[in-house]
Amino acid sequence: MQVLELLGWVPLFPFLGFLTLVLAGERFSKPLVSWIGIGSVGISALLVSLIGFEFLNGTLEPYRLLLGSWMEIDDLSVPFGFYLDALSMTMLFVVTGVAFLIHVYSAGFMESDPGYARFFAYMNLFVSAMLVLVLSDNLVLLYLGWEGVGLGSYLLIGFWYENPDNGYAARKAFVMTRIGDTALALGLFLLFTQLHTVDIQSLMLRASNQWPAGTLLPMVSAALLLGGALGKSAQLPLQTWLPNAMAGPTPVSALIHAATMVTAGVYLIARTHGLFLLAPTVQFAVAVIGAVTLLIAGCSALAQTDIKRILAYSTISQIGYMFLALGVGAWSAAIFHLLTHAFFKALLFLAAGAAIFCFHHEHNIFKMGGLRKAMPLTFWSFMIGSAALSALPFTSGFYSKHEILLAAFDASPVLWAAGCLGALITGIYSFRLVFVVFFGQQSRAVDKALGWSMALPLVLLAILALFGGLLQIPLDSVFPDLLNSAHDPILVSAITVAAPFLGLLIAVLFYLTGTFSTERFANYSRVKPIRQLFLSGWSFDGVYDSMLVRPFKSIAKLNKNDAIEGLYLGIAWLSRRLHRMVSTAQTGRVRWYASSLVLGTVAIIAIGLLS
Amino acid sequence: MALILFYITSAVAIFATVMMITRLNAVHGLLYLILSLLAVGVIFFLLGAHFAAVLEVIIYAGAIMVLFVFVIMMLNQGQKTIEQERAWLQPGIWIGPSVLALILFVEMLVIVVLGGNAGTGHIVNSKQVGIALYGPYLLAVELASMLLLAGLVGAYHLGKPMLKATKPGGNS
Amino acid sequence: MNGIPMELGLSLSAVLFVLGLIGVMVRRNLIMILMSLEVMLNATGLAFIVAGSRWGQADGQIMFLLILTLAAAEVGVGLGLALQIFHRFRTLDADSVNEMQG
Repeated sequence: MQVLELLGWVPLFPFLGFLTLVLAGERFSKPLVSWIGIGSVGISALLVSLIGFEFLNGTLEPYRLLLGSWMEIDDLSVPFGFYLDALSMTMLFVVTGVAFLIHVYSAGFMESDPGYARFFAYMNLFVSAMLVLVLSDNLVLLYLGWEGVGLGSYLLIGFWYENPDNGYAARKAFVMTRIGDTALALGLFLLFTQLHTVDIQSLMLRASNQWPAGTLLPMVSAALLLGGALGKSAQLPLQTWLPNAMAGPTPVSALIHAATMVTAGVYLIARTHGLFLLAPTVQFAVAVIGAVTLLIAGCSALAQTDIKRILAYSTISQIGYMFLALGVGAWSAAIFHLLTHAFFKALLFLAAGAAIFCFHHEHNIFKMGGLRKAMPLTFWSFMIGSAALSALPFTSGFYSKHEILLAAFDASPVLWAAGCLGALITGIYSFRLVFVVFFGQQSRAVDKALGWSMALPLVLLAILALFGGLLQIPLDSVFPDLLNSAHDPILVSAITVAAPFLGLLIAVLFYLTGTFSTERFANYSRVKPIRQLFLSGWSFDGVYDSMLVRPFKSIAKLNKNDAIEGLYLGIAWLSRRLHRMVSTAQTGRVRWYASSLVLGTVAIIAIGLLS
Repeated sequence: MALILFYITSAVAIFATVMMITRLNAVHGLLYLILSLLAVGVIFFLLGAHFAAVLEVIIYAGAIMVLFVFVIMMLNQGQKTIEQERAWLQPGIWIGPSVLALILFVEMLVIVVLGGNAGTGHIVNSKQVGIALYGPYLLAVELASMLLLAGLVGAYHLGKPMLKATKPGGNS
Repeated sequence: MNGIPMELGLSLSAVLFVLGLIGVMVRRNLIMILMSLEVMLNATGLAFIVAGSRWGQADGQIMFLLILTLAAAEVGVGLGLALQIFHRFRTLDADSVNEMQG
């Protein structure tokens, strides 16, 4: 049997794990649940390694696997089809590898949680949906995976459901991504009605044959697909759900909101790149959205105090980089950054989780301090992760971000400048985090020690974050060639490299050595409102609330007693009236009842006589 | 001859019944009832149902009415009750039920008259009744005895003072 | 064997029945209600006897016998109930036993 045929099993094992755990997980012992939950993803990771080995040593020709047919109606043919090329191979590596490590970590992090089996069930569901998403060869199956990860995300953000705030965060995430999902569905419908197929490769082929570049149809469909991507990847204007989603457990934030689900939008655009090439305006819009988002999110991260929110805004910012890359045509760079980002962001989140876990479940970075000596592994993980995040040289993040920024310069110097400014800000906030948490005075003693199940993934991810940049994924087989960026002036490259160092320097001056006082700076009259603006994420929440939520609520309240409501209330009222009328006939007196008997008899005999 | 006797006896029966339902004193009403039952017994005799006539007098007027007498005596209703009855039996109260009953009576008359003419007067003596009882109606006799047993047991239990005495209309 | 016309007998039975009915509907004293019931039962028995006499068969009298049995049992239980009500409510007013209302 060909190894590549094992592809069909890859999403199946986590799904079976989900079914088992959701149906019977409550009755299993904790070790058994761990074996099933981690094992299912582990088997998928193993299969992916085998398949990867086989694929990458071959001709790199796309491999199609047909598992069966879902719908066959007239024009519409939706098979359960999987499509393996370098892009989906990369995504498979990322998803299964990082997911496996995070599952191992969760065994330690969620150990004392009563919903242990439920957690692993949902995580498995999520992983299987994500795998379907990246493997599917047609848009409808992709949409199935898309919705599946949305469901998994909702279930996991609201995992600790007893707290209503968590439920709110979960609903907010679901509703906002739903807006994007609707756009995606509309785009899907448009593409199908115009091109009569949902298979992605056929779509791109037919589109390039039938639609001239820059006309209305490719623009609209690309814009709709972009809308879907914006929702899932938390870019402007649909980015407000991601900071709230930090209400879920830290492994969830690491898996879903750093490494996998939020990258689904990037994957979608990369997958349908042929369509975007036909709509240059929309592609440029992708870049602009990416650039603006990365700046906004980076500034917001500067002012946050919750360790996970800093990382959340950082994620939004880094995905902005990926969108920027996609927008300027650097497809491979975007996917490469996706890969490295998965490594170092998961590392950062898991390390943050370790700090939270061992330090009294504290989230505020200003209440932590001096943890360098007490938690060395966490400290070094954070250092490596932050270095990769800031794209300091020779880390994995450096290679990917550098490629993106150079490609951006080729397209538009303004975009490149935005990207460099973003790198500067990234340097500031990431090292601000490190210095505040790990240097200075330790306020309290550490609660617990780190178990091996939490330490091992940290080590592995740290290695990947450092050396992942050396991975050579042959993405040229998927994407069209990019313009050679070797002709950029040396100055551009130099500034690109230097920007994060400048950010590091600023962070050192403010937070490490205390040369500049942060309190004095924060109390400047001009700075205060800006700081408030950054802290609230540029007030998007407030704007959406007053623009959309409040009017909707007031309209709903006005409409509360409308005609249909009146109909049902009227039925109830009528019933009560009739009851009261009839109950007066029940007097409880025997003679009254006897008289009514006689009356009835008279009536019946009369009817009998008269008819 | 029989017809004249029938008219007289039925007049007595009707008169006695009317008096019974309008009496204030229960014992008076009871006596009028006995009179009515005896009159009906005579009518039975006129119709040729000797056995039934005897049964009417012995059991109905003899046993059942005596039971009524005992109970009325037990309840010991005094003058107060008679005043109560006078208050209850205002003249206006008779109108409604009388009208209703009159309509019913008219309907029954219509049904009876529509039945056509026929004469009665066949004498059915006790021997015939006895043979019928122990023949086709044997099961009916057994059932009747069971009914009486049930009545006996019920009357025994209900005769005991079980419920607590409370004010009229209150909860026990 | 001319005897009495059947319609007359049945009409008498109807009259007695209706009179008993009026008594049940009008009187408030429980004993009087029970006595009026007896009148009604008796009237029914009369109707059966008339019919049996018309056909010359014993069935009429047997039916009357059964009605008699019924009346006896009913009176026994009915008077027992009347005694219980008198015990509890201290009155024989039929209208006072009206708690199952509304």
